[in-house]
Amino acid sequence: MRIRKAAVPGALLIVVLFWLIAYPLLLVAVESVRTPDGWTLAFYEELVTHRSEWSALWASIWISIVTVLVAAIVGIPLAFLFSRFEFPGRRVLGALIALPAVLPPLVGVIAFLFLYGESGFVSKLIQATLRLEQAPWRLQGPLAILLVHAYSMYVYFYLLTRVGLSTIDPSLREAAASLGAGRWRTLHSVVIPLLRPSLAGAALLTFMASLASFSAPYLFGGGFRVMTTQIVSTRLNGNYTMAMVQTVALTTVSLIGLWLISRTERRERLGGGSKGTAPAPVRIESGTVRSAVVLASWSLALLLLLPHVTLLLLSFVPAGTWTTEAFPPDYSLRNYVSLVTQPERLRPLLNSLWMAGGAMIAAVAISLAACHLSIRAIAPGRRVIDLLLAVPWAVPGTVFAIALATLFSVEAPLMGRTILIGTIWILPLAYLVRNLPLTSRAIASGFLALDPSLEEAAASLGAGRLRTLLRVTLPLLRPALAAAATLAFVTGLGDFVTSVVLYTYDTRPLSLEILSELRQGDVGAAAAYGVLLMIISALVFVAGSERKRVTR
Amino acid sequence: MNDYLRLDGVSKRYGEIVAVRGVSLSLHRGELLALLGPSGSGKTTILRLLSGFETTDEGRILVDGEDITALRPVDRRFGMVFQHYALFPHLDVAHNVAFGLRSLGVRGRDLDGRVDDALALVDLRGFEKRRVHELSGGQQQRVALARALAPEPRVLLLDEPLSNLDPSLREKTRLEMRDLVRRVGITTILVTHEQEEAFALGDRIALLRDGRLEQAGTAEQLYASPASRFVAGFIGRASGIEGEILARREREIDVRVENAVWTLPADSAPSSDRVILMIRPEALRLVPSNDEVLTARITARRFSGAQAFYHLRTGRGVVLEVAVAPSLETAGDQVGLVPVVPGVHLFPQETD
Repeated sequence: MRIRKAAVPGALLIVVLFWLIAYPLLLVAVESVRTPDGWTLAFYEELVTHRSEWSALWASIWISIVTVLVAAIVGIPLAFLFSRFEFPGRRVLGALIALPAVLPPLVGVIAFLFLYGESGFVSKLIQATLRLEQAPWRLQGPLAILLVHAYSMYVYFYLLTRVGLSTIDPSLREAAASLGAGRWRTLHSVVIPLLRPSLAGAALLTFMASLASFSAPYLFGGGFRVMTTQIVSTRLNGNYTMAMVQTVALTTVSLIGLWLISRTERRERLGGGSKGTAPAPVRIESGTVRSAVVLASWSLALLLLLPHVTLLLLSFVPAGTWTTEAFPPDYSLRNYVSLVTQPERLRPLLNSLWMAGGAMIAAVAISLAACHLSIRAIAPGRRVIDLLLAVPWAVPGTVFAIALATLFSVEAPLMGRTILIGTIWILPLAYLVRNLPLTSRAIASGFLALDPSLEEAAASLGAGRLRTLLRVTLPLLRPALAAAATLAFVTGLGDFVTSVVLYTYDTRPLSLEILSELRQGDVGAAAAYGVLLMIISALVFVAGSERKRVTR
Repeated sequence: MNDYLRLDGVSKRYGEIVAVRGVSLSLHRGELLALLGPSGSGKTTILRLLSGFETTDEGRILVDGEDITALRPVDRRFGMVFQHYALFPHLDVAHNVAFGLRSLGVRGRDLDGRVDDALALVDLRGFEKRRVHELSGGQQQRVALARALAPEPRVLLLDEPLSNLDPSLREKTRLEMRDLVRRVGITTILVTHEQEEAFALGDRIALLRDGRLEQAGTAEQLYASPASRFVAGFIGRASGIEGEILARREREIDVRVENAVWTLPADSAPSSDRVILMIRPEALRLVPSNDEVLTARITARRFSGAQAFYHLRTGRGVVLEVAVAPSLETAGDQVGLVPVVPGVHLFPQETD
C-alpha cells in the first residue's frame, strides 16, 4: 500500500479541525439529550410543545425571511441604479453605499440607539418639532430589529446584484432589443433569469446573517426573543440542557441554509457562460429625473452615514453633561484621553487587540495549511477539510460560543477536553473558529488564481519545499493573505456574539466594555470605544488593500 | 434607383474622436454588402448605428423610403447576429429562436411552426430542447442566424459572424451562410476585417478607413480600379514605388521609375507629376537586366505551385513583389523588371 506524502499532515489537520469545529457541536447534541439521571428527549418535547420555546425559533425564521425581503427591496434597485446609470456623484456614492458593512454589529446597533432610540437625535428632533409629550416611537421589538437588519444587510443584495449585473454580457440585452423585446420584457425574461444565481446567493447570505444576528435582538428585542437571544438567556438562567436543545434547533435550521447555499452555488456554475465586460453606465437624459436621482442618492448616503457621524459626535460628550437637551451642550476630548490614561479603560482595547491579533495569525496559518493541502497537495480527505472549514460559516456565533463553552468546561484530557472557560485562551480560540471560513475562502481564491507551474518552476530550478514556499508561494499569495488577515482581525476586534457568552471581567473585549459603559450611562465613553473600533477597522482595511496594490 | 436600405451622410462622434464621417451607402433589396476595413475603421460603429444601439449625430438612415434614424432598436425590425452570438444561456434552442417571434405577438401553434421553419432553414431540427452550452461553435452560430431570421426582419446585420469559428470550419460555414442568405433573399450587411470573407460573401464591398468610405463596389471593381492608394494596398497585394510623370500624351504617359522610363495608359494618371505606382505582383515581368529597364536583385523567392513569388530589391532599396511562372533565377541574381498593364495604378504622392 502506498501512502501519499500529504496524508500525514492532512490527517493531522483534519484532527485539529474536527476537534475545534465538529466535536464541540457533537458534544452539544449529546448534552442536549443527557441529564444527570440519564438520556431523555423531554427537553425536545418541551421545545415543541411550549409556545414560549418554539415561538423564539419561529421569530428567528420569520424575522430572517422579512429581512431578506426588505434587504432585497432596498439593495436590488440600488444595484441597478448604480451599475446602469451615470449621474453626478455616482462613484463616490457607490463606494459609500457599502459603509454599513464596515460597522461592527454592536457598534452599529448602538449608533441606531443614539439616533432613533427614545432619547436619540432623530426622535428628539421630531418630538421637539411636533411638540410631543413623549418620544414619537419606542425603538423596540421586531420593527427595530428589522430596521437594523435592513441597514446592515441590504449590502449583500447590493454587492451581489452588482457583481451579477457586471457578468451579464451586454450583447445579450442588445440581442433582446434587436429581437423586439422592450425594456420590461428584456428585464424579466433575460436579465432577471441570468441574475437568479446572484439573487439566490444574496438571499441565503442575508437569511443566514439574520438568523445569526445577536446584537440587534439583544439590545432592541425587549420581550421579543429570537433564537440567539433565547439561547443566551436560557443559559444565563442556568437551564443548560434546554440551552443545548435550542442550540441544536438553531444549528439545524442553519445547516439547512448551508445546504441550500451549496446547491445554488453548484447550479450557478452550470448557468454561467457569458463573459464579463461591464456595460458602460447610461447617462440619465431627463433633467428632472437626474436631479431626483441625485437628490435621493445623496439623502440615502446621508442616512447611511448618520450612524457613523452620531458616534463621532457622542464620543466628544463628557460623562454626565448631557441630560435633556436636544444636542449635547458640552464637547471635549476627555473620553479619548481617559482611554489612554486610565489602565482599566485601556485594558479592553488591549485585550481585543491581542485576542483578535492572535486569532488572526492562527486562522491564517491554519487556512494556509488547509488550502495548500486541499488545493495543491490534493491530500486524501480534502473534501472533509473543505466541509469542516465551511461549517462555522453557516452556524451562528451563538451556537459556537455555547459549543466551545461546553467543550472547554470539563477537565478530561483523554476526551480532548480541558477547562479553558475563565482563562484568557477561550476567546481567542472562539475568534479563531469563527475566522476560519473567512480566511480559508480568501486564501483559497488566492491559491486558485496562482498558476501551479510557478511552484513547479521553482522546484525544477532546485528550490526545496521551504524555499519555494517562502520565495514563491507566499509572496504571490500576499494579496489573498492580506485580505484574509484583514477580515479575520476586523471580525475578532468587533466580536460581540461569542464574547458575551465566553468573556470574564479580566478578558473583557471592547464590545462588552461598550455595553457596560452604556449601562452605566456613560454614553460618551461607549461612543469613543465605538469610534476607535471603526477607525482601527478602517485602517486595517486600508492597509490590507494597499499591500494588494503593491504586489500588482 | 430603387434603394431599399440607404445611409445618407451618416456621422458619429465619441467626444473628440470621430468614428464615422459622412458615410453614404445604398443597398437594393436582397443585396449583401460587406463592410470591410482594418480595426478602428468604423465598420462596427456603422453596424451599431444601423441596429440603433448607437444614435447618429448627423445624416439619415432609410429603409424602403422610411426614415428610421430616430427609431429605437426595438422598433427597427433589424435582425442581428452578434460576434459572440449572444444566445440566451438560460433558454433552450427553441426558446431562443422563439424570442423575437414572441415580440411580434406570435403564439401557440403558429409560433411552434415558425420556430420549426427557422430551425429547418439552418438544418437544426431536433435540437429544440438543447441548451446553448451543449452546442458546438458552428451550431451556436446557426442558432443565432435562425433566431435573427425567424421574425422575418427587414434587414439582417452580421457582426463578424465567422470570427469565432475554427479556421477549418470557417470556409464550409461561409458557403452555407451565403446560400442561406441568398435563399431567404434578405438585404444584409456584413462586417468583417477579412478580405477573403468579404470577397466570398458580399455582392458588393464597402471599404472603410478612419470612419470614411474609401470605395464601394464589387470585388472585381475594387481590385481592377482602386480609387485610392489605400484601396490598392488593402484589396489584393500591391507594392508601392515612387515615380515621376515626364510626359503626357493623349493616350499614354511616360513615367520615370528609378533608372527606367515606363510608358503607361493615360487614363489612370493623376494631375500631379510626382506619383506613387501601386503594382500588382502579376503586373511585372522579369527580363534580363540592362540599363533601359528597372533593375533589381532577388532577395527571396517563395514557391507556391503554379506560381512563384519573388521579392526584389531595386537600386534605391524599394522592395517589390512579383508573381512569375517558376523559373531558374535564384536569390542574389540581378534581373530587369518591365510593367505589364493592367495592374499598375498611379496615385498622387502627397496624399497616401
